[in-house]
Amino acid sequence: MRTHITRRLLGALAVVSTLALTATACGSDASDGGGDSGPKDVAAALEKGGKVTVWAWEPTLKKVAEDFEKKYPKVDVELVNAGTGDKQYTALQNAMAAGSGAPDVAQVEYYALGQFTIGKSVEDLASYGAQKYGTTFTSGPWNAVTEDKAVYALPMDSGPMAFFYNKKVFDKHGIKVPTTWDEYVEAARALHKADPKIFITNDTGDAGATTSLIWQAGGRPYRTDGTDVTIDFGDEGTRKYTATWQKLLDEKLVAPISSWSDAWYKGLADGSLATLSIGAWMPANLTSGVASASGDWRVAPLPQWTKGDKTSAENGGSSLAVPKAAKNKELAYAFTEFATTGAGASARVTAGAFPATRADLESKAFLDTAFPYFGGQQANRIFAESARNVGEDWSYLPYQVYANSIFNDTVGKAYVSPTTLTDGLKQWQEAGVTYGNDQGFTVNK
Amino acid sequence: MTTSLTSAASGSGTPTAPRTPGAAPEARTRTDARADGGTRTRTAKRRKRPPHTPLNPRPSVPLTLVTGLVLVYTLLPLAWLVINATKDQNGLLDSFGLWFAEDSHFWDNIGRTLSYDDGVFVRWLLNTLLYVVAGAGGATVLAVLGGYALATYDFPGRRAVFAVVLGAVAVPGTALAVPTFLMFSNMGLTNTPWAVIIPSLISPFGLYLMWVFAAESVPTELLEAARIDGSGELRTFFTIALPLLMPGTVTVLLFSMVATWNNYFLPLIMIKDPDWYPLTLGLNAWNAQAQTAGGEAVFDLIITGSLLTIVPIVAVFLLLQRYWQSGLAAGSVKE
Repeated sequence: MRTHITRRLLGALAVVSTLALTATACGSDASDGGGDSGPKDVAAALEKGGKVTVWAWEPTLKKVAEDFEKKYPKVDVELVNAGTGDKQYTALQNAMAAGSGAPDVAQVEYYALGQFTIGKSVEDLASYGAQKYGTTFTSGPWNAVTEDKAVYALPMDSGPMAFFYNKKVFDKHGIKVPTTWDEYVEAARALHKADPKIFITNDTGDAGATTSLIWQAGGRPYRTDGTDVTIDFGDEGTRKYTATWQKLLDEKLVAPISSWSDAWYKGLADGSLATLSIGAWMPANLTSGVASASGDWRVAPLPQWTKGDKTSAENGGSSLAVPKAAKNKELAYAFTEFATTGAGASARVTAGAFPATRADLESKAFLDTAFPYFGGQQANRIFAESARNVGEDWSYLPYQVYANSIFNDTVGKAYVSPTTLTDGLKQWQEAGVTYGNDQGFTVNK
Repeated sequence: MTTSLTSAASGSGTPTAPRTPGAAPEARTRTDARADGGTRTRTAKRRKRPPHTPLNPRPSVPLTLVTGLVLVYTLLPLAWLVINATKDQNGLLDSFGLWFAEDSHFWDNIGRTLSYDDGVFVRWLLNTLLYVVAGAGGATVLAVLGGYALATYDFPGRRAVFAVVLGAVAVPGTALAVPTFLMFSNMGLTNTPWAVIIPSLISPFGLYLMWVFAAESVPTELLEAARIDGSGELRTFFTIALPLLMPGTVTVLLFSMVATWNNYFLPLIMIKDPDWYPLTLGLNAWNAQAQTAGGEAVFDLIITGSLLTIVPIVAVFLLLQRYWQSGLAAGSVKE
């Protein structure tokens, strides 16, 4: 069902991109006449006022929307939660295909942005002067939203990975915090042996987590150059990941609990899930969702594939993009800029978001924040260090949303059957190649 | 489903037995009891005792056990819901699911559910009420009018209408949702309450039920007598037919109310603006909140919200069930 819908939508995407091409043609005509002073148009639009519809699920945007309306009283920001993640992308594609009802600004996760840029269904913000923010954001998120000279979105937050562990459980069983993935496997064995109810972590097959760990291990399975795409899960980084993770699966050292389920929250609360290797946005979720475990958890740098390394990767994080179908693009850009840079970004960081802006990441107040949840630990220092050490040159597929949706049909087998991770990834690769070629990409040719 | 319901309604005088188990629980139990008694009483014992009538069935221990089991099975989720609505987020994660946590947060939970996110739950509740009153109410009115007309008037094309209605009953609403979305999108009606209300007005099943019910319960002689006495068609409908149709009307109203109250898929694709969400979508949006970076997990509010969501529909059932029963029994003493 879901596959069919996605297929249908990608079909629709092709139509949309054709329309978008026509729109681009019109757009260039207009700019020939009106000059290239993008920022000025934005100022005029703010003066004139109007309504901006924003589709986003990020909770801290609410405050930003209020601040924006206060600063520009003529502008009315309508914040709509049109779904979370792929549900919202489906709605967005639907609205674009239907030709009406698309928002002026949309939250799009980094992994999903390619799906919208390849069809040119989001505005290139460089024409509004977004290029000047090249040094404002950290390199990982900035790379994720730019392509050559084009800026397809502005980074809203980021998720440099860190290692969250339940110190109470670790102390009780005398386990040392692992600094390498080999030590991690050892810790997993020791914990599970000490108490069979305890698992080092949960994993039932999560595309985001798997790709992030491959990223950290140095694997670069996806390469995209226009419509030429390469998928290769045979490189050394991927092999490092599968070798380690296969051990955990073979010895049944990871709990068969899906992330974000109620069982997951329960495991995090009662100590039966002892660690998480996840993005730096996790503290907000822990604080609100697992309040009873306050004081038990601590943060450490991610275990390394090679001892002494400091490499990290991004896990999650999203951007704000302006769809081509937006009604009021100047205002949309103004809001996007406000929410992602300067005071707006700082306000969101204060409210608990993890910044993608260098200034916020390096500010003393941010680094010195003591988290009562982590026993007063200054966890942001670890996150900021991780953000500086994110492995470079990672890219996702232009159809990563689809690819992730079939992750469990392929790699997922490794979690429930004798299929190995390597074979699962190979099947995932093959399915991705077939699908990409069907959609008009040139994959692995 | 319909057949058995109407045959049950038209009474035991009808020689044909229900082909499928009835939609109403009463009808089903009674049919089962009869069938069960029939197979087991084919022994010699049967002749020594006076036969058990359907109204005075033979007490059966296995049957009571099975019924009890089904009762527990049906009530267990409800019990879980009530129990867990008394827990806060920590209690939900720490305590055993089928028993109470140490301290009760029931009233606190209700208060927080109603006030969370500027009281958006109340807004969703009012939206749902609007959809139910306008959608299910409208659907019932249309079904009663249409069913009565089809049952009492003979006009060319009646058989064609019959075929279309039967065909429409067979098409699931889910299959029509996407075409409906594209149509409404072209008319610019998506993201408005109309997108939910208008499709809810169409209830082929309700129309069919009313049609059959009207054919059974409104005697042609009565209508002819009214006409001879000089009553106009409208007056005949409102003063004579409508009271006779009441039990059927309530049944259709109940069906469409439940369907509209629980409707999820149609609003899901039609409505993006949380201000127009019905409760089903709203609760799901809260649930999705726990699955996002930086989102707030509000499992306690979702559970309390779910409990609040089912209370009105349970109340409607309890209040209207006597009409429904009288509807089922209505035909049994006729002629």
